[in-house]
Amino acid sequence: MINLLTHNWSSFITGFGWTVLSSVLALFFSLIIGSLVAILEVLPNKFFRIIGKIYVEIFRNIPLLVITMFFYLVIPLYVVKINGFTAGTIGLTIYTSAFIAETVRAGINSVDIGQMEAARSQGMTFWQAMRYIVLPQAFKLVIPPLGNQFVNLVKNSSVLAFVAGFDLMYQGNAIASQTFDTVNTYLIVGLFYLIITLPISYYMQYLERKLA
Amino acid sequence: MQNWMNAYSWVNIRFLLQGLEITILISVVSVLLSFIIGSVLGIIRYSKIRYVSKIVGVIIDVIRNLPLLLIIFFVYFGLPAFGFKPDTIPAAILAMTVFESMMIAEIIRSGIMAVDIGQMEASRSMGMTYIQAMWHVVLPQAYKKMIPAMVSQFISLIKDTSLATIIVVPELMQHGQVVYGQNPNYIIPVFVMMALMYFVVCYALSLLSKYIDHKMA
Repeated sequence: MINLLTHNWSSFITGFGWTVLSSVLALFFSLIIGSLVAILEVLPNKFFRIIGKIYVEIFRNIPLLVITMFFYLVIPLYVVKINGFTAGTIGLTIYTSAFIAETVRAGINSVDIGQMEAARSQGMTFWQAMRYIVLPQAFKLVIPPLGNQFVNLVKNSSVLAFVAGFDLMYQGNAIASQTFDTVNTYLIVGLFYLIITLPISYYMQYLERKLA
Repeated sequence: MQNWMNAYSWVNIRFLLQGLEITILISVVSVLLSFIIGSVLGIIRYSKIRYVSKIVGVIIDVIRNLPLLLIIFFVYFGLPAFGFKPDTIPAAILAMTVFESMMIAEIIRSGIMAVDIGQMEASRSMGMTYIQAMWHVVLPQAYKKMIPAMVSQFISLIKDTSLATIIVVPELMQHGQVVYGQNPNYIIPVFVMMALMYFVVCYALSLLSKYIDHKMA
């Protein structure tokens, strides 16, 4: 196992790097999209609420792989040539943003409605109240679930292997098929994933206990 | 338009529906097995049996934090090295069950923790054994509390079966690939249809979960 690791060190590290990069990019963009959709869902205007709701329900109830493969196959065919990494990260972003929207919406709803009312009665606009009063409180509440979403995101980034996204799983498969040592290769790949996911998920459990 | 009509020929739709059937079969068998294994593991982890609970806890945490895709690969390509070579569908069910059992174990454990500790103490003081109190008093209350979490886990499981296409399990995603493989013009129609099929199954389940939750509250 040590031999396998040292011989293929650069492949494993490259894959690890692409996995981290894709997860971080997808997290960043899905936080933005997810928060916007969550705000849509709590707007007073019914039309926007329905749009937000539709977005969330559609992308939460379709497999990530379907979304990712769609972008991988369709964008190059009709729009612009993109590689597997980009297509995979777009798919991850859209899928995760629906879950983040759900999480953030729950956070906003758990902030006492009086906060919004008080802010409005002080003369703030809806957006000011949202931006300065409600969202900061909501985000504190949703940090543990968002952390868990990030863990899911890192695990889900393995679908990049389907679209040749150079990630850890993809490199792992390449190494496994070269060396025929499937067991040890997959064990090492698993260890690399655990390096990212275990600390975050333990830290989130700790935060949850502290906040509770 | 002609492409859509051709893509949605009855032969193709039937082929996709056959895929959906396998998807549901794999999901249901895995969730039933996982429910049993997960319950046992969750209770063991909750019960603080010396060493055993710790070890079970570590196993649960490790497997939960791995990608399901990796577990599928390991089962299908790794296990033959130990002289066990499962067929594609059993391999998918095995991988799903290993992964889902750990997810469900955590749901069960937090469900039990959400039941007031006084329930267990009261039952014990009435002369019940730990197992009796767990079985007759705590678990029924815990299971009721975790229906929403359980259903959303089941929904993830259904969506995750699409990953099994990598080991050529004839499920919905795989059948979709076969159909659009005939003609690149079919890609969009087939994806729309696949997405619709997954959506209908998953969304129906989430509505059902809301309904049950609403009725019980």
